[in-house]
Amino acid sequence: MAAAPAVLESLASRLGDQAVAVQATKDDIPTAWVPRDQVHAALAWLAADSDDHYRVLYDLTAIDERHRQAREAGENGNGRRGDFTLVYHLMSYSANADVRLKVALEGEYPSAPTVSDIWPSANWYEREVFDMFGIGFDGHPCLRRILMPLDWEGHPLRKEHPARATEMEPYRLPEEQFAAHEEALRFRPHEWGLSDGDWASSNLPDDSNAVPEGDTDYLFLNLGPNHPGTHGLLRLILKLDGERIVDVIPDIGFHHRGAEKMAEQQTFHTYIPYTDRIDYLSGVNNNLAYLLAVEKLSGTQVPERAQVIRVLLCELFRVASHLVWIGTFGHDVGAISPVFFTFTDREKLFDVVEAITGGRMHPAWLRIGGVAMDLPNGWRPLLDEFLKGFEKRLKEYEQLLIGNPIFRARTRGVGVISLDEAIEWGVTGPNLRACGFEWDFRKKRPYSGYDQFDFEIPTADGGDCLARSAVRFEEIRQSLRIIRQAADNMPAGDYIADDHTSMPPARAETMVNIETLIHHFVGVSWGFTIPAGEAHAGIEAPKGNNGYYIVADGGPSPYRLRIRTPSFVHMQILPRLARGGLIADLITILGSIDYVLADIDR
Amino acid sequence: MSAHAELLTRMAVTLVVLLVAAPMLVWVERRLLARFQLRLGPNRVGPFGILQTVADALKLLTKEDWVPPFADPVPYVVAPMILGITVLGAFAVVPFTASGAIVDLDVGLLFFLAMSSVGVYSVMLAGVASNSKYAMLGAVRAAAQMISYELAMGLSLASIVLIAGSFNLHDIVVAQQGLPYVVIQPFAFVVFVIAGLAELKRAPFDLPEAENEIVAGFHTEYSSMKFALFFLGEYLGMILIGAIATTVFLGGGNGPFLPAPVWFAIKVGLFIYLFIWARATLPRFRYDHLMAFGWKVLLPVALLNLMVTGALVVARTAGS
Repeated sequence: MAAAPAVLESLASRLGDQAVAVQATKDDIPTAWVPRDQVHAALAWLAADSDDHYRVLYDLTAIDERHRQAREAGENGNGRRGDFTLVYHLMSYSANADVRLKVALEGEYPSAPTVSDIWPSANWYEREVFDMFGIGFDGHPCLRRILMPLDWEGHPLRKEHPARATEMEPYRLPEEQFAAHEEALRFRPHEWGLSDGDWASSNLPDDSNAVPEGDTDYLFLNLGPNHPGTHGLLRLILKLDGERIVDVIPDIGFHHRGAEKMAEQQTFHTYIPYTDRIDYLSGVNNNLAYLLAVEKLSGTQVPERAQVIRVLLCELFRVASHLVWIGTFGHDVGAISPVFFTFTDREKLFDVVEAITGGRMHPAWLRIGGVAMDLPNGWRPLLDEFLKGFEKRLKEYEQLLIGNPIFRARTRGVGVISLDEAIEWGVTGPNLRACGFEWDFRKKRPYSGYDQFDFEIPTADGGDCLARSAVRFEEIRQSLRIIRQAADNMPAGDYIADDHTSMPPARAETMVNIETLIHHFVGVSWGFTIPAGEAHAGIEAPKGNNGYYIVADGGPSPYRLRIRTPSFVHMQILPRLARGGLIADLITILGSIDYVLADIDR
Repeated sequence: MSAHAELLTRMAVTLVVLLVAAPMLVWVERRLLARFQLRLGPNRVGPFGILQTVADALKLLTKEDWVPPFADPVPYVVAPMILGITVLGAFAVVPFTASGAIVDLDVGLLFFLAMSSVGVYSVMLAGVASNSKYAMLGAVRAAAQMISYELAMGLSLASIVLIAGSFNLHDIVVAQQGLPYVVIQPFAFVVFVIAGLAELKRAPFDLPEAENEIVAGFHTEYSSMKFALFFLGEYLGMILIGAIATTVFLGGGNGPFLPAPVWFAIKVGLFIYLFIWARATLPRFRYDHLMAFGWKVLLPVALLNLMVTGALVVARTAGS
């Protein structure tokens, strides 16, 4: 990521020097403050007309600045912070660069212009900011709560909103409140943007199978939240014409656990187990995304051995996540057997992971500056045990699924997304590579030593479910290559950095040295303080790009932690993929997107 | 008197055998499916888990017998009964002994086809009477699927009737004493097996009950004994299709050394194995592919087969 602030200079020359105030951050992303009335023009220019073509709205979030401690002028932008800050994080594939614009908003419940006319994907991001902060967006098509229940009072990520149950009143549900809840849950199509009888609002693509206009009675069907096919608690509201889907609206938030709010209550170190549970199939990958951001803030250098161990575990979890996907996707289309085979392989994989980390799916094993412990003796034979015969079995699974004509008929041409649309909506990961675009953050923006590994980026053409399936099978093979290379070339050395400003010193030292013991005690109980600043780190998680944006205020906890997850983005394009298809196709598409609900809702 | 006694004995024996065989078949399927999936299957309740289905049946019997308040009560209750009656009734013409079936109907094959057609009503009634969206979707899918594939099934059987010269199942078995019809009518055989799978709503044609999509399809709103009847009806149907396929294509109870019922059971067992194997391996057809396959592939093949068979039969009788 080496776009010089040339982009900011161009922006300043367009908007005027007074309008653009550059801020230094701990990552390499050019960041600037822009006034509220000029941000829409700035973003539109960046998206379309700038040299770098920032076509992707990578993230849109907000920060509640009202409890800030650190106010150094140079570091944090001329003290121009208002009560709230809107952060727009844009990405450009052509220039392989990012840019971040921040807008200061004043007032208790400020508002800003919407950018959903520039990027369609801004829709859900703005709804989440509204839900969490109470910031309104002028011109937004449907500004309602997205994660919290519709009748929730308050906006959770605001600093005055309580974080712990003990800070709130004991929960009671009297009759009238229950009735009010039930009434709020009643389904009224127009509230969801679904009209009852006309096609005009449906934005149907040009489709020869489209049912012609006329007065048709549509069937509104709830898929979920209790449904075997949605891989979790997800509610999809379907507007059906017979079995053909006219519109589908995802209702998310059933899995929301307030992970971002919890970050403000935990220290940087104690937050690590929370990250495991965001994408619960990817284990260590979540830790890595979070810790890369923290290490940028603290300036910690991770030793080489720790980096290779991190890569080894990340790739093992990528294989684990894709194995689950093979099983569940096969099951979605009716092949009930592969799930048992892949889970058996996954058990062997977890034997390795458990021996190394002590945990299976949620190891919480990476630490600031490295990993928690060194690799145990005998890890290599265990790994070989897993790898033995696995590629042959993988080939069998591929034959069972991709080689099967019924499967191909179910997935070819289903849920097609073009590359342009994928880029516009912010799709990343295997879903993007299935459109024929060779982009992998491990290759394009290497982290944790990935540039030293030899592997390929699998792609497929068509952007349909079959292409996504093919890409994932091939990704497992490439991960196996990386695992073998990491295991064969494991360097000697430290497994964790020696920097004791951000992590506890080794226990052995605390037993002989009183200073170290005091340091350890204070650090573990109070929390190590990370110097003030902000940083973002994004990795190629198994589902797509997973990014953590941390704002540190000089205390032991993050001031604001934003988790940008791939599944949130992918669920947003679901209507685009599923409209005009059958319910059976919807299930196939849901499976092929490979989302995890905890990843969507956090 | 003795004819009546014999009839009653046959009916009783058949009924007992079937009502034991269907739960056994559930156990077989669960164990076999488990073996395909590298696991064990139920092996705790009784030796090798044989009593598992008994335990499940007891559980279902003790469940609350509930008719949903939003459902239409009479068709809701009658629907599973129809299934049970038609499937059990069709067994009356299956010749699993050397001397024939319970009833020696001259239109035996037609009777079987008629019974399976009436069985479609049970599915339709169940779905519509449940008054629930998922059930309706499932019922519509099931009805369309069953009707489409029944055509192909009937046509494939028609070729056999041409060759055997009779609808009487016992006569068909006797006519195969030289050579089973599967050898001279391979296309009809394949069409019949595939259509039979679709008729049974079993994988890969189990769209009407695709759990992932429409929860449980037409029997979403059913519980306890009524659900058990649907369940049992499906397994009895498996035995029925296997039995008809055996009778018509594999020569029924024909075979050396062993008595006819044993050979019959072995051959039906082969078909059961095939059905379970198909379920373990194949993904499920999407609705429109299924209809396209039934109408554009199976039906023409069956028709063509019938025409060619007819021509050959005419040529043979004209020549001789």
